[in-house]
Amino acid sequence: MKKDKTVEKQVKEIVDRYGAEKSSLIAILQDMQGAFGYLPKDALIFLNEVVDVPLARIYEVATFYNAFSLTPRGKYLVEVCAGTACHVTGALTLMERLERDLEIRCGETTGDGMFTLEQVRCLGCCSLAPVMRIGGNIHAYLTQDEIPKILRNYRQ
Amino acid sequence: MAKFIIDGKKIEAENGATVLDAARENGIEIPTLCTHDEVGSAGACRLCVVEVKQGNRAKIVASCLYPAEDGIAVDTKSERVMAVRRLVLQLLLARCPGSGLIQDLAEQMGVKPEPRFTADTDKGKCILCRLCVRTCEQVVGVSAIGFSFRGADKTVGTPFHENSQVCIGCGACAYICPTGHIEMETTKTGDSRTIWGRTFKMATCKVCGRYFAPEDQLKYISRTAGVPLENLAVCISCR
Amino acid sequence: MSKIKTLDDLNQAGKRGLAALIPSRIKIMVGMATSGIASGAQEVYNALEAEIKERNLDIILSRTASMGMDCMEPLVDVLLPGKPRLAYSKMTAKKAPALLDQVAKGTIEAIKPFYRMDEEEFIVLGGAKRYFKGAAPAYLRGIPTIQEIPFYKKQVKIATRNCGLIDPESLDEYIAKGGYFSLYKALTGMKPEAIVADVIASGLRGRGGGGFRTGLKWKSCRDAEGEIKYVICNGDEGDPGAYMDRSVMEGDPHSVIEGMIIGAFAIGSHEGYIYVRNEYPLAVKNLAFAIAKARKCGLLGKNIFETGFDFDIKISKGAGAFVCGESTALMASLEGAAGEPRAKYIHTVEHGLWDRPSNLNNVETWANVPAILTRGGKWFAGIGAKNSTGTKVFSLVGKINNIGLVEVPMGTPLKDIVYEIGGGIPGGRKFKAVQTGGPSGGCIPEKLIDLPVDFDELRKAGSMMGSGGMIIMDDRTCMVDIAHYFIEFLESESCGKCVPCREGIRRMKDILEEICAGKGQAGDIELLQEMSKAIIDGSLCALGGSAPNPVLSTIQYFRDEYEAHISEKRCPAAVCKALIAYSIDKKKCTGCGVCRKKCPVKCITGEKKKPHVIDRKKCIKCGACYESCKFDAITVK
Repeated sequence: MKKDKTVEKQVKEIVDRYGAEKSSLIAILQDMQGAFGYLPKDALIFLNEVVDVPLARIYEVATFYNAFSLTPRGKYLVEVCAGTACHVTGALTLMERLERDLEIRCGETTGDGMFTLEQVRCLGCCSLAPVMRIGGNIHAYLTQDEIPKILRNYRQ
Repeated sequence: MAKFIIDGKKIEAENGATVLDAARENGIEIPTLCTHDEVGSAGACRLCVVEVKQGNRAKIVASCLYPAEDGIAVDTKSERVMAVRRLVLQLLLARCPGSGLIQDLAEQMGVKPEPRFTADTDKGKCILCRLCVRTCEQVVGVSAIGFSFRGADKTVGTPFHENSQVCIGCGACAYICPTGHIEMETTKTGDSRTIWGRTFKMATCKVCGRYFAPEDQLKYISRTAGVPLENLAVCISCR
Repeated sequence: MSKIKTLDDLNQAGKRGLAALIPSRIKIMVGMATSGIASGAQEVYNALEAEIKERNLDIILSRTASMGMDCMEPLVDVLLPGKPRLAYSKMTAKKAPALLDQVAKGTIEAIKPFYRMDEEEFIVLGGAKRYFKGAAPAYLRGIPTIQEIPFYKKQVKIATRNCGLIDPESLDEYIAKGGYFSLYKALTGMKPEAIVADVIASGLRGRGGGGFRTGLKWKSCRDAEGEIKYVICNGDEGDPGAYMDRSVMEGDPHSVIEGMIIGAFAIGSHEGYIYVRNEYPLAVKNLAFAIAKARKCGLLGKNIFETGFDFDIKISKGAGAFVCGESTALMASLEGAAGEPRAKYIHTVEHGLWDRPSNLNNVETWANVPAILTRGGKWFAGIGAKNSTGTKVFSLVGKINNIGLVEVPMGTPLKDIVYEIGGGIPGGRKFKAVQTGGPSGGCIPEKLIDLPVDFDELRKAGSMMGSGGMIIMDDRTCMVDIAHYFIEFLESESCGKCVPCREGIRRMKDILEEICAGKGQAGDIELLQEMSKAIIDGSLCALGGSAPNPVLSTIQYFRDEYEAHISEKRCPAAVCKALIAYSIDKKKCTGCGVCRKKCPVKCITGEKKKPHVIDRKKCIKCGACYESCKFDAITVK
């Protein structure tokens, strides 16, 4: 993420990459989500000025899909797989433990901005169930015991 | 022309007509909530479902969208159809306990609320019939309001639920809303109206001096139709 | 990068590919699909790479995807020239030096191979190539062949024919396995109508779950009015526990591309889209790489094989919406809108993407097409069952010993898949049910375990094939909890357009939640059944239209569990937290104190070496004590 570029400049670059049509909207929003870590309101309002899509539609798409977040996400995304195989091997218990340890509910971000806790279905690593992914790294055969240590490692 | 049967009655319909159109033209009533001549049908409320039999196959379809076909036999009140309508109304009664429209419809059809469905308190009277959004998009053309989120969290409103800069205060959405969920308040003098949280100054008619339309609406029409603003400042009664 | 415009070019590429596939030097392949990497394959690869460099060994190190037995990953295959191929399971970076030692020596003393392969199948061309001449070397005869491994014995690989065997980034290797010869045959030697007829003759039915006859769909799209038509690949595999499509996209992306070009030619389309779940980054990467390479060689783009036929493909990523696996919602998403489905009274083959004729097929369906084109529709129809021809890829997961992906002929009994291929239930527990078809499907209980996997048979039993997810459950699975799980999933994925789905599913979820919490009421089962019928009938699309299936099927086969929850406030499988209690068996407890330390709410008390006690009022039923007790002294009822 380039901090010296304004939000508008970055949005324009992304729009130029895909074209300013409605059919490019989701690809544009995905790159914006990647660039900013979320979809800032002013970025979406500016987007409406450069693509031929009403703001109401942009907002609809931004809120419809799970990939987009309208609020900043934590440094690390803690994704607990809630696929069926993970569910039957205790994913719910792991989620509850994480909620207790991080002191947030699923979908929220910790006060220090370190972790955002989310549920994902499914990572397709069913042979390793139950599974959690933090910052892109898979933690397999997870037991609730390991959770405090894993979180500590990421904090450092 | 398509030749088929509705409730045992022989029907002829134009090509491209829907089963609902054909039924209405022949005096057969089918309840609806989300269809309107101005904006067409969304097939969202599912109240208008009918059972269509062809050969030995039967299926439940939304009559507002299903095209009339040769040789089908339509039943507008079969057991399966009534079960769907009953459930739809029970679900809407629970979602919008304050809606007089839904209560009336339910009473007409002899549907009682399902005690196992806890009433919602946060949905107002919005049944998500989608008429307002479609009207703003297709008839008015500004798309000031739209949907957000999905599933049971789906809501209708302005982006970010903040004042819309493109709303022209025309009130078309409030007029078309079947339950009265969308509120538009006009001052005693009529000099302004408030809708979706934004207050619009009303313009006066050049001839009779009465307030008749928001200034923003007239400006919008002037811009899009290429008509000078002065020509629009006359109310319908004085034209 | 040389162009591939003629048959000669194709043959040259095939020769190059074969030399890479079965080289005259030592080759080591590391299985690096998503689950391989998750189990540590990248570390294994890095360690091997470092060692090979340091020792200056003349060894080719390459990447492949997975042949399916994910529970044995990381998997490393070693191919010594003129010897059987050896597969090593559960490899670690630490074992890398020892592996290279024995590879250099040509022995197997330090690390025993899991199995050996004497030959490699070339199913598109027909036949197999043996890795060596004559009999297998004596020192390897004690190692079972892959056909002797129960997991692989009954499998027939058509859609996953190349997964785990080729480097997914190598176009040449794909061609060596018969790739793009079907396309050549189609474009230069067949009329589009003949191609459609052959696909009809094959009996191929949609592998995404719909089970619609693919050939008929192609014919309708071909016959539809309109100059511009689209072919679309549905890679939005959303069923939790199903990853068949991901494996094909990661392991053999060209099979999908080739299938789509053939389909496009048959239908009269010049523009294709692959819609991939954004939760599948490696699949997107491998597909994009394959498309770029195909384009460079002229296999995509203008004038393919100098026949004047133009076709190209764009990849579109999903954005996290299960409902976008539904064809009209997928098309709405491609158009840049929210993924809301629409009524299909007007078929998408006539009015689909941007209102134009569109043919949408699942990844696995497309992957079968090249094989059908070269071997013939009749060949495909001869495999599997009468009305469900060919094979199907299943993801075998849950409470099963051999977790992974399997491809079996249609008609294979579920029993064989669970017990022979799957190796039965771990921990000596008892089989309870297998969920097929994901959130749209149902549970098949023990008494129906002889059922064959077949579109129509599974439907008759109250379930469906779906995309191929097969979740095995044992006696510690609560079927009411499973019904609640699937309904909760669908509630969060409902687009919200129609009343029966948006409102009905969450009401069903509320009732199921109450039942699991001990607040169920008499009449709830009947209410759920009544609601289910109306939701199935009234919903706009198949998401709502199939959402009640898991509820109906669990009520049908496990009604006693529902009744125990409702009238006795008891969970027979001891899963539903509100209805269970943990307690310590005084006779077995040694007072070691491990559970007391692990308890996150400190509700266990006891002195050293004396039996401990759980305070039920404070207990949050997290099960940490149960997991940590080495003496089996903690019970849950």
